Amino acid sequence: MKLTADHEDCIASGNCVMISDALFDQDDDGIVVLLAEDVPEDKEDLAREAVKTCPASVLHLT
Amino acid sequence: MTQALPLPPVHMRRNAFDPTPELGEIRQNEGVRSVVNAFGMQVYLVTRHDDVKAMLSDHERFSNTRPPGFVMPGAPEMSDEELASARAGNLLGLDPPEHQRLRRMLTPEFTIRRIKRLEPRITEIVTEHLDAMESAGAPVDLVESFALPIPSLVICELLGVPYGDRADFQERSGRQLDLSLPIPERLELQRASRQYMHSLVAHARITPGEDILGMLIREHGDELTDDELVGIAGLLLLAGHETTSNMLGLGTLALLRNPDQLATVRDDPDAVGPAVEELLRWLSIVQTSIPRITTTDVEVAGVPIPAGQLVFASLPSGNRDPGFIDSPDVLDIGRGAPGHLAFGHGVHHCLGAPLARMEMRIAWPALLRRFPTLALAEDFEDVQFRSFHFIYGLRSLMVKW
Repeated sequence: MKLTADHEDCIASGNCVMISDALFDQDDDGIVVLLAEDVPEDKEDLAREAVKTCPASVLHLT
Repeated sequence: MTQALPLPPVHMRRNAFDPTPELGEIRQNEGVRSVVNAFGMQVYLVTRHDDVKAMLSDHERFSNTRPPGFVMPGAPEMSDEELASARAGNLLGLDPPEHQRLRRMLTPEFTIRRIKRLEPRITEIVTEHLDAMESAGAPVDLVESFALPIPSLVICELLGVPYGDRADFQERSGRQLDLSLPIPERLELQRASRQYMHSLVAHARITPGEDILGMLIREHGDELTDDELVGIAGLLLLAGHETTSNMLGLGTLALLRNPDQLATVRDDPDAVGPAVEELLRWLSIVQTSIPRITTTDVEVAGVPIPAGQLVFASLPSGNRDPGFIDSPDVLDIGRGAPGHLAFGHGVHHCLGAPLARMEMRIAWPALLRRFPTLALAEDFEDVQFRSFHFIYGLRSLMVKW
């Protein structure tokens, strides 16, 4: 399972970091930073939740 | 002789915490209904969780800007320059890319890391207010002594607004969002707020402080007009006041009515995070999103909406949609309610959400631990709700311990 992010449209809500700070971080401007593009098995549910609830719909799982 | 107040529009009606059953009926039946808003305008009300989410994500078809010639009923005539000046810097009145340009200037101040740095100061502010309550002695009005001043002081310090001016701007913020007031009066309040903010901007242009206003001037002073700075700062001040304060007041009342859950928030440090999310969902104090205008003919839940119509997304209804969450009318602080829409959705999702969460996560456990026997000092039936405000909440809340 791979995570991707569309940084251009990120609105820096921090929603993903709140769900998992092991998978996501924010740069100084608040824009999403992916900490693990290959999602570890035990974090797949968190990744799915972050993708589903991202206010700007900029996270994707493949 | 007292006169019965007229009922607020259907999307603002509540029985204490709960939306009235009519809202659920719209959601269950047609999903979208044409209703009359607080100003007598015909608007489309979107009520289902997935539709609210989809609509708020679709800024191209559901726009926050207003087309030329759009006027609110009863609004005095304004020249194009006056209108532009009155709307400048209001992020909630802009679409991308203009919205993104301004939002990106602010997001560094609201990252989770930056907000985390405010934790000690927020804790200190909370402690000071609890000390004051304790020395005043019961009963006290929790809204006046806790729920309003804490977020107010936090946003003032963050933004660079003198807290000493609070009597005036708190009064203005509260009244600006009171939809029972005539539009000309509310526009006049808006004008007074902008005038006040202009004086702060003029001062900060000369001596920018270590606050958001100072940062905006130091880092973006050449790209922003004074009108834009006034609009941005005014929005942050208003939003910082009227949201968290109403959550703190109404949320405390909700916990007092659910003593087992109150005890959990008081005694279990891990409980407050999910409790804050569930209270945000269940109370959904922001009654609707900022109204959108359709830029083209659209269809929501199979209901056709022509171009140029006002569309309201009901956040309380979306958050209590059984298609989104089981037993939606039950308050269950253990579940955390991921995916709730209390902060909105899409590009306008609340910029201050991390700050609001931090304030609530600090304030509730601190309040409940300081006063473990906290109780209502008035009958529940007598509690005064703010039923005509854009943001729902309490006028006052008498408590004892």
